[in-house]
Amino acid sequence: MALLDVQDLSIDIGGIKPLDSIGFAVDKGETLGIVGESGSGKSLTALSIMGLLPLIGGRVERGSIRFDGMELTRLPEPDYRRLRGRRIAFITQNPMTSLDPVIRVGEQIDQVARLHLGLSGSAARRHSIEIMERLRIPEAATTYHNYPHQLSGGMKQRIVIAMALAANPDLIIADEPTTALDVTIQAQIVQILGELVREKGVALILITHDMGVVAQACDRVVVLYAGRVAESNTVSAIFASPRHPYTQALIGCIPRNAMERGSLVGIPGLVPSVARYPAGCRFHPRCTRSESLCEREVPVLERLASGAEIACHVADKHEAAHA
Amino acid sequence: MTAPALDHSPGFLAEARRTTLGKVFLSPKGGITGAYLLALVLVALLAPWITPYPYDAQNLPLASQPPSLANWLGTDEFGRDVLSRIMYGARTSLSVSVTAITVSVFIGMCLGAAAAYFGGLLDRFITAVIDLSWSFPELLIALILVAIIGPGLTSTMIAIGVAYLAQFTRLTRAEILALKNETYIEATIGLGASHSHVVFRHLLPNAMAPVIICGMLATGDAIILEATLGFFGLGAQPPVPSWGAMMSSGTAQIFKAPWVIIFPGLVIAITVVAINLFGDALIRALDIKSKIREG
Amino acid sequence: MLSYTIRRLLLLIPVFLVVSIVIFLIIHLVPGDPIDNLVRVGSTPEQKAEITARYGLDRPLVEQYLIWLSQLAQGDLGTAIVMRRPVADLIAQNLPYSLTLGGLALLFSTVLGIAAGVIAAMNKEGRIDRTVMTGVLFGSTMPSFWLGLILILVFAVQLRWFPVSGARSWESLVLPVLTIGLGGMALVARVTRIAMLETAGKDFVLLLHAKGLPARRIQLRHVLRHALLPVVTILGLRIGWVLGGAVTVEYVFARPGLGMLLIKALSQHDYPVVQACLLMLAMAVMLGTLLGDLIQAAMDPRVRSALT
Repeated sequence: MALLDVQDLSIDIGGIKPLDSIGFAVDKGETLGIVGESGSGKSLTALSIMGLLPLIGGRVERGSIRFDGMELTRLPEPDYRRLRGRRIAFITQNPMTSLDPVIRVGEQIDQVARLHLGLSGSAARRHSIEIMERLRIPEAATTYHNYPHQLSGGMKQRIVIAMALAANPDLIIADEPTTALDVTIQAQIVQILGELVREKGVALILITHDMGVVAQACDRVVVLYAGRVAESNTVSAIFASPRHPYTQALIGCIPRNAMERGSLVGIPGLVPSVARYPAGCRFHPRCTRSESLCEREVPVLERLASGAEIACHVADKHEAAHA
Repeated sequence: MTAPALDHSPGFLAEARRTTLGKVFLSPKGGITGAYLLALVLVALLAPWITPYPYDAQNLPLASQPPSLANWLGTDEFGRDVLSRIMYGARTSLSVSVTAITVSVFIGMCLGAAAAYFGGLLDRFITAVIDLSWSFPELLIALILVAIIGPGLTSTMIAIGVAYLAQFTRLTRAEILALKNETYIEATIGLGASHSHVVFRHLLPNAMAPVIICGMLATGDAIILEATLGFFGLGAQPPVPSWGAMMSSGTAQIFKAPWVIIFPGLVIAITVVAINLFGDALIRALDIKSKIREG
Repeated sequence: MLSYTIRRLLLLIPVFLVVSIVIFLIIHLVPGDPIDNLVRVGSTPEQKAEITARYGLDRPLVEQYLIWLSQLAQGDLGTAIVMRRPVADLIAQNLPYSLTLGGLALLFSTVLGIAAGVIAAMNKEGRIDRTVMTGVLFGSTMPSFWLGLILILVFAVQLRWFPVSGARSWESLVLPVLTIGLGGMALVARVTRIAMLETAGKDFVLLLHAKGLPARRIQLRHVLRHALLPVVTILGLRIGWVLGGAVTVEYVFARPGLGMLLIKALSQHDYPVVQACLLMLAMAVMLGTLLGDLIQAAMDPRVRSALT
């Protein structure tokens, strides 16, 4: 059984249902990518697992989130709280705004160790500086005393990662950890996360809109579109033979060295807003291969023999050629 | 014929919800408070015809009577009907505050627009004066002005107008500074439009909504300020009734006839609450919340 | 921080000069001959001449101002015309009353206002929030003199808990402090609530929740701390409002104090006293603003770095 197993998850925020029957699993030492354009429900998936939906007025409507044998959707808040930061850690999207601006960064890392590991002040400080050094933060002992506004974006993101690591979690959810950073820093952060998975056997959920990051760092990938799973598969299989027209289009958006001029294509149109999801397959208005069936009927997520999953009426579901 | 008429009514409501005023009056807050304010204005306008007694009809044998069927809100120390005097007082209080604030908003807009548009020394001077006066309580500014000009309704109006000038100038200046950098304004200036054209045709109209709403909310405060000046005996002079002056003369009788003080104050509090809630509804309808109510 | 404080104090000097010019000019702005405003009705021409000489009214305006300012620097505020005493004595006699009243009212409105704002924000949109905010709305729309009168009626006349007026005992402070404090509390509560709700939606608060901190601790230790920044700014800027409240309330409760002195002097046209009262109030406003800025710098490292 996987460390985290999400099945048939649907959520409700004030009558709007931005996630519909999402499912995926991730195990120790594994990195799962969740990709999709903005508005596809990636961040809400993260909040659901963290049990933080009530903060934005939402709740889990249906489905299950099992973590290490516990059913999280029915976990009482005090127990959930002991899980957050301790066993499931979160890395937020924007390092610029993710730290409390009036508290020294070191103390913000200490908080986690004091809360969850019961370390005293000086022990927590040694612990924090150790983690900062492991994340290759230069002059960790000095940086410890800095305020967030005195650090660069990449350094702030490392502090956020240090907070996530402080209590040795089993699962880390990173929500677009690199979007707000420069390209060179992005690569460093992805590398740091990769090392964590390999060396400490952490399970990592990497939420991103960047197929490049997925190719670089993930083992499996779930493609979300408008609150539903379009396709999920291992990274190598999905890049070798994307089946869902949306996945194909996403991969078509990555620039490559060997590309001919003019072959880089965007996807026409935008992700529909939650209030105006189309009937049938939600991708059909933007799909180049849509048929009349797609406008009427919701495609079911089918599980193929290889473990790949796909929800599409028109995609090729034969596996022989690619296996 | 009946069917289309019935069809029409939901359509009308939906239509009304789309206009700003419709949105305000159809919201629960805006509807009730709007109706109250409208009624108050009507009472003020029609006071000479609808009050139960003339405001200055003295009836000494019936002095300081508690509320009764004949005098719903009781009588004051001269036997004058408190209800009638409150209704007349609405005339004074509303006209003084509304006039003062209207003039103040207008002048504040001009000053704020000039400061923001021309910048430089003029802007620095206006900003410095405004910042200085803004940190002083309106009541103090008004008190000093009335002390210099002398008591009375005109000086009350001037005092109120000047006391709130800083607020409107400040807001207009901030609004215009934000607008000035927008592309279309830059384009208009680039095309060689005259200063007055840019200011009066483009900048002011676009900056106006928040300032006017701010003025509306300030009218509530102005009513309190007017009453306070009246209470100090510096506003309306007897026998003209104003809410503040009524309470001023009532203090001497506070133990004998508390209703002379309770009711005018209650009317002020309700009116100011109504203005605030109505303003909130207006802000919501116009969707400009962030710009007002700061500081 | 120390150098900033010193710099800010030095910056107060030009502001003070501007304010003093305005206050100095009041005598000359009042319609009529300033001498007429300075002498009592029925004074003899000799007395008039004496006053003219004392105030140097025959000299150029700039010189008059400089003389006035240098006397001010020596603590000489002139002599009250009607009350016939050194103005400095009058101020020294009345200032402590106003400071006590203002300080307590400020304390009351800050502490209770923040508490009310926090309670409302933590029960956002709930029944408690609505009740508190309705109370706050009414608190901020009642004319303070009326509130004072009503409090007198209820607590002094009906219940006989506190004295009606005067300043003889600590009990006489309760109703005046309540009168000013309730209005101020409304302002503080409103700002606190909005600032807390705004802060609660920030990214770093989400991350605090994700770190597993208890919700209550996040609200009180982190969110409130940020919400206090605008509260301090508003309090510093609007310290004058406490003073305005004090003027009215001192009058209603017949309490000695700067406000009472000012109103009395205004009605008696005792301009040297008016000038001195205004000067004191202006200084209180300036120091209040300064104090607000200093507290904010102490609370927010970002403000501190911007200073150096």
